[in-house]
Amino acid sequence: MSTAYKTVTDIAGPLLFVEEVEGVTYDELCEVELQSGEKRLGKVLEARSGLAIVQLFESTQGITTEGTKVRFLGRTFELGVSEDMLGRIFSGSGRPIDGGPDIVPEKKLDINGAPINPYSREFPEDFIQTGISTIDVLNTLVRGQKLPIFSGAGLPHSQLAAQIARQARVLHKEEVETEGASGSDAKAEGKFAVVFGAMGVTFEEAQFFQQEFEKTGALSRAVLFLNTADNPVVERIATPRLALTAAEYLAYEKDYHVTVILTDMTNYCEALREVSAARKEVPGRRGYPGYLYTDLATVYERAGRIKGKKGSITQIPILTMPEDDVTHPIPDLTGYITEGQIRLDRGLHQKGVYPPVIPMGSLSRLKGKAQGEGVTRSDHSGVDAQLTAAYARGVEVRELAVILGESSLSETDKAYLKFADRFEKEFIAQGEQENRSIFQSLSIGWDLFMELPKAELKRVKAAHIEKYLKKRS
Amino acid sequence: MSKPTIVKVSGPLVVASGMRNAKMYEVVRVSKENLVGEVIELHGDRASIQVYEETSGIGPGEPVELTGQTLSVELAPGLLTSIYDGIQRPLELIQNQAKSPFISRGINVPGLDRKKKWDMKAVAKEGAMVEGGDVLGAVQETTLIEHRVMVPPHVKGKLLSVKSGSFTIEDTIAVIEDAEGKKHDVCMLQRWPIRIPRPIGKKLLPNEPLATGMRILDTLFPIARGGAGAIPGPFGAGKTVTQQSLAKYCNAQVIVYIGCGERGNEMTEVLTEFPHLEDPNTGEPLMKRTILIANTSNMPVAAREASVYTGITLAEYYRDMGYDVALMADSTSRWAEAMREMSGRLEEMPGEEGYPAYLGSRTAGFYERAGIIQCLGGENRRGSLTVIGAVSPPGGDFSEPVTQNTLRVTKVFWALDAKLAYKRHFPAINWLQSYSLYLDSLKGYYDREVADDFVTNRERAMTILQEESKLEEIVRLVGTDSLSPREQLTLEIARMIREDMLFQNAFEKADAYTSLKKQYRILRAILTFMDSALPIISHEDFEFINLQKLQVKEQIAQAHLIAEEEMEKFDLLEQEIIKQIGTLRTGDMSKASKEAVSA
Repeated sequence: MSTAYKTVTDIAGPLLFVEEVEGVTYDELCEVELQSGEKRLGKVLEARSGLAIVQLFESTQGITTEGTKVRFLGRTFELGVSEDMLGRIFSGSGRPIDGGPDIVPEKKLDINGAPINPYSREFPEDFIQTGISTIDVLNTLVRGQKLPIFSGAGLPHSQLAAQIARQARVLHKEEVETEGASGSDAKAEGKFAVVFGAMGVTFEEAQFFQQEFEKTGALSRAVLFLNTADNPVVERIATPRLALTAAEYLAYEKDYHVTVILTDMTNYCEALREVSAARKEVPGRRGYPGYLYTDLATVYERAGRIKGKKGSITQIPILTMPEDDVTHPIPDLTGYITEGQIRLDRGLHQKGVYPPVIPMGSLSRLKGKAQGEGVTRSDHSGVDAQLTAAYARGVEVRELAVILGESSLSETDKAYLKFADRFEKEFIAQGEQENRSIFQSLSIGWDLFMELPKAELKRVKAAHIEKYLKKRS
Repeated sequence: MSKPTIVKVSGPLVVASGMRNAKMYEVVRVSKENLVGEVIELHGDRASIQVYEETSGIGPGEPVELTGQTLSVELAPGLLTSIYDGIQRPLELIQNQAKSPFISRGINVPGLDRKKKWDMKAVAKEGAMVEGGDVLGAVQETTLIEHRVMVPPHVKGKLLSVKSGSFTIEDTIAVIEDAEGKKHDVCMLQRWPIRIPRPIGKKLLPNEPLATGMRILDTLFPIARGGAGAIPGPFGAGKTVTQQSLAKYCNAQVIVYIGCGERGNEMTEVLTEFPHLEDPNTGEPLMKRTILIANTSNMPVAAREASVYTGITLAEYYRDMGYDVALMADSTSRWAEAMREMSGRLEEMPGEEGYPAYLGSRTAGFYERAGIIQCLGGENRRGSLTVIGAVSPPGGDFSEPVTQNTLRVTKVFWALDAKLAYKRHFPAINWLQSYSLYLDSLKGYYDREVADDFVTNRERAMTILQEESKLEEIVRLVGTDSLSPREQLTLEIARMIREDMLFQNAFEKADAYTSLKKQYRILRAILTFMDSALPIISHEDFEFINLQKLQVKEQIAQAHLIAEEEMEKFDLLEQEIIKQIGTLRTGDMSKASKEAVSA
């Protein structure tokens, strides 16, 4: 049993200063025992000779400078993992909260993980069909990608994430060759799992996901880590790491294809800011610590595929942009790390368009290899570029029409205006339960192109126009 | 005296006492895990050390070992085709030694293979007087590059012996006797500290463009060989795609690509793609002229700070051999943030936005290592190092410190624009904000090598684009009807320049690279259209719509797909333009408009 120190001198925010310590190491886990006998976990943020600065994962309420015992555990924060975690619900610090027994761990893993050697990575290129037109055609999701949803308060990001988790699957060869005619419920290869990490979300939101998983039978292959809004703020720093550690274990050791949903990253960043402020660090933009980029990278980069391993981790973090402002440090730094983003738009939402995914500002960086012959269909990338460009132009025309009146628009502009309206109603909008195949989505796109003069279709190949564009009656 | 011992650990910063013998920037081994670190501050016997590996589990009381060396890179044959982390450890060896796809700590692997033998042909004459930079021998390092083994920079004297044959990089290949009679054994392997620029003969003025094959860059905003350029832009605007295009197609002989704090999958893409891509000039795999440095965003932050210096020192080494080298750093903002993080942990007084006060001088020092030079040594070789740094300004706001400090020292500014990217216009480089200050020094080259009206045409194109933005504002207020025919023509030509010339698809094989000559012909064809149309549009019967309906416009739109070997097709195109516009002349006007009506 290690020494228990009773030398807490300062308590500030989530931080404890423990003096006269010996043999303490950086990032070491420790256990703080209150006078009442209650135990809380913390980790060492700074180790000096004779002083340790400890950050608690829970609140410091009730802790006294006298009588509190601190034990350093000689290891970093570890998560006991096993395949039995599937179907279980854990707290934000990894304790089971579904009333079930403790997990008998197969092994214990450091929750900080280790960076994947870029040399050992396999480039992700398997197309994932989510059944959502705006994602499949315009912002193609790839197995092993990290694609966040940039949302705002009150937008249906949870529904969208749940829909992706429910519908996402990889097409098999026959389906691509026959353009989906071979039936969709053919057996998919590989094992699938969902890991869900909630940071500071409301009880209702957490329930929404839980019920969603129960309803679709996905719960038995899901692992949930829940830190709700009333749980300790600092615990949120550990939650995504726990989720990703479980995901890495399932993906790289047990061959699962794991989809990780993390919500809400904004709460995570705010917890970081709180700790940083308590340490009196020099703040970067808007009070967030200067190392926010590095820290977020250690979360987001834990996605991908590894050479020689069957499993994969696809990450879908959700963040709500304060004031819908994409230049806010959280979405901004996230966008620099992740491989694109799905952006939700309040304007579309108010028009009643679900999912309100706006093509302008949404992006999938890995789509290049997941579009085209053999993967989806040869006209895919052309349709993608043409739809986005035409919609952008249509929105511009719409703004012009507000000033000048619709009658003063040229014929071409009017065509774009009509295109944009139909695009929103028929292509972007779809039902929450509607699962469109990529081929259906593409043909909606071709249908919309009929609104435009043929000479304007510069981004699609002539051969594809010949083949797919229906003749006007 | 006490032994060097750790007294404090805070993230990548470790403070140790008992460090009286330490030098600034000396490499040290930290703790029992043997982590690599570098001394960055000294106070009495206390030293602040930035550690290039993860420090969790390290604590006060553990030992620190001095190595006596400053952070250096190894220079010898074998660098090309390598993939390194930020401190020149080959990623492949890290994987082999760690026996895991994850990067573990305390791995100590040499930057270059010690056992491999290279065939060297002696070039220098025994008995001759040689000095730093003179070539001793030549090694065919890859099929593309002949590695020139040079006399180390500070050695000078009589060459006693030099051997041809098969050697490892540590074998002695030559002996030089200096003025004091001291004999120096020279092997292929040399070291150079990364924070000190390698010495040169003298700097020259850049006067040749670095051809990149990207039309907006080469025609509108060219960068010179030996120049420095910056690509700032918000995320999703195409920094990385542009940098990768440059690495693939620019006509430098050696490429150093630094992925500094970027995405792991993106580095993997480069790693898997480059060995299969062909060099457009030689047909050999691109990898044979490339060195990659990959320090992804979740790898230790201090190594990120070092990675740009590691990269530029390797680049300078090939420049010294007399090659044209291009270095891409993606992204320098991550490098600046790494400095900010270390500065914060050192509790330095922050400058703007928390960045250290020396951000400006460090940035300038880095870009100033670019240049076209006369190499060291008596042989009058010329080498060049072009540096292109990506900048990732928060929120795409160019007024932030990293962008501003970079713009002060770079002469080319390629401003990426999110709005263009949203419209899927690529490369999303804003033609109104971007600039190149090399136009004057490159004029001689264009007149000589391309055409004497290249520069005038370029200026005309820029004027048209600028006029377009003014006219668009008017259109937004009062509509197109109020514009004069001349102004309508300007809008039409500007659209052609944007869509048929500047738009370029990096993922389409036939479109990814365009030679300077072809770029000139595309632009000339568009301007021919303008010149032919100008005399007739002001006629009062003229219907502008007839001009817009001309079939030849589609041909212009396809002109970028004309093969490089079929340049004569441009002559036909220009004739066709003149002919078709000719049919619209006043005499035929009524006929043409009738046809338009019936259609």
